[in-house]
Amino acid sequence: MVESFTGLRKLASYSLVIAGLVISLFPFYWMFIGATNSSADIFAFPPKMVPGDHFWKNLAGLNEQIDLGRVIFNSFYVSLSYTFLVLVLSTITGYAFAKFEFKGRDYLFGAILLTMMLPGQATMIPLFDTMKAFGWLNSYKAVIIPGIANAFGIFLMRQNMKKIPDSLIEAARIDGCGEFTIFYKIVLPTMKPAIAALGIYMFMGQWGNFMWQLIVLNDASMKTLPVALSSLVGLSRVDYGQVFLGASLSTLPVIAIFLLLQKQFISGILGGAVKE
Amino acid sequence: MEACLSEEKESRESLFSKLKLTNKTAPYYFIAPAVLLFSLFTIYPFIRTIILSFFSYEYGRYVFTGFANYSRLFGDEVFYQALSNTFIYLLIQVPLMSMLSLILAVAMNSRLIKWKSQFRIGYFLPSVTEMVAYSIIFSLFLNDKGLLNYLLSMLGIDSVSWLVDPFWAKFSIMLALTWRWTGYNMVIMLAGLQGIPADLYEAAEIDGASKLKQFFYITIPQMKPLILFSMLMSTIGTINLFSEPFILTKGGPGNSTLSLGLYLYNQGFMNLNFGYASSISVVLLILTAVMSYIQVKIGGKDNG
Repeated sequence: MVESFTGLRKLASYSLVIAGLVISLFPFYWMFIGATNSSADIFAFPPKMVPGDHFWKNLAGLNEQIDLGRVIFNSFYVSLSYTFLVLVLSTITGYAFAKFEFKGRDYLFGAILLTMMLPGQATMIPLFDTMKAFGWLNSYKAVIIPGIANAFGIFLMRQNMKKIPDSLIEAARIDGCGEFTIFYKIVLPTMKPAIAALGIYMFMGQWGNFMWQLIVLNDASMKTLPVALSSLVGLSRVDYGQVFLGASLSTLPVIAIFLLLQKQFISGILGGAVKE
Repeated sequence: MEACLSEEKESRESLFSKLKLTNKTAPYYFIAPAVLLFSLFTIYPFIRTIILSFFSYEYGRYVFTGFANYSRLFGDEVFYQALSNTFIYLLIQVPLMSMLSLILAVAMNSRLIKWKSQFRIGYFLPSVTEMVAYSIIFSLFLNDKGLLNYLLSMLGIDSVSWLVDPFWAKFSIMLALTWRWTGYNMVIMLAGLQGIPADLYEAAEIDGASKLKQFFYITIPQMKPLILFSMLMSTIGTINLFSEPFILTKGGPGNSTLSLGLYLYNQGFMNLNFGYASSISVVLLILTAVMSYIQVKIGGKDNG
């Protein structure tokens, strides 16, 4: 009797978990097959639920609406440069907070942590004015630079760098190493896992950063994938096959990176949420 | 170390020996770029938002108007609509999603379930999806002639105007949010569940406590900090909701799905009412601060 009870629980747990998984994954399936079907097939009765042969036609049509090569380049360019700069700043700032004593350190760190709570939308209007004053509207700089001092990045790096033994740094000092060399040659190499986690996190964040990009990038040649995609939906005659293809293209890179590096990614996120 | 020697030579040549990069000065150099950027792109805009909320933007320049924006805001029905929409999302979607995440996490944590890490990947995928892409997929899924209505028709249920009816439009936004974030929260909660000491359950088992009792007297209290953390994150996300209503409904029909973020965008960047939009920003700020404070307070009471 106990056994059948366990069997029942197993069945219930599996049903729940699998149902949830199907709901989580089904929209991806629908999106990817939609990218290979025509608008008419997608909204046919009954709708087509298998891959079709409209992929190349959708691609050509989409490329006519938005300059795909340029838009994809823009997305990669802003995401990669942003990620690189966040990593540079987060590691060096995190290092200072983790391994040095200096006046006002704890207050300053507290203040930086507080900015994590600050909603981005709350500063958008003055930030837009600043971008205008700098002449940065419609430029990559407007998307990349304002966010590179990243509170979460600094926090994550500080937490990880606290674990480095002080003796290691002291020994390097006695050897006559300069402070920057210690950071670059000794501290940084031990931080690879944390850097990887933060890097993936930042890349994905910037890739999907929509509202700010929508505000500062108006020129068609500067638009990133999400912004270009959103402009497609506003058209009077929308070709849904093309829209599905655009959505697929916009999501594929983040899915690929996530699948390749999901271990680092999830552990990076949990590092922020779950205390050891 | 060669690299170190050349560096020392360089610093000896420096005229400003006090500004040399030493053990004492290094941290200041290291934090300087970040502090400068924070001041310029976070602190200054933050302060300026508050200042601008007392100004009105007219013909390309700001004119001081005192509390005019705020008195307008408190008489603005559209603002109240956006505010009440936000609270409806907060009171319905956030708790339901947290509960769903916890139930799924408990099911996943069961010893009976295999391939946990594979399941985890699948559940996490919606949260990494690009926001505009997923909103578009949902808008087509929920379209009058869309897939959901087709599936309902197979079950003999009349089609629903998901994005056109005020009630169902709100429901649709919540549905999209729930799809995107449940798995994410589930993964966080699963990690928390795995951290609960097994002997707590063993002791309860010996005392004859039922599974349900164990859930309410061990799992929930032990998970409280994490549940609050995930609810806090969801709350902040909801207060700042923008992309989903922007793509799915444009805030409509009749502002029934308008979020504060979308209203801010419309006022600031569509109507160029920068001063008025700044006062909406200030409301967002206060709301975020109050919600964070409440949730930290609730969390702190039992932990401290």
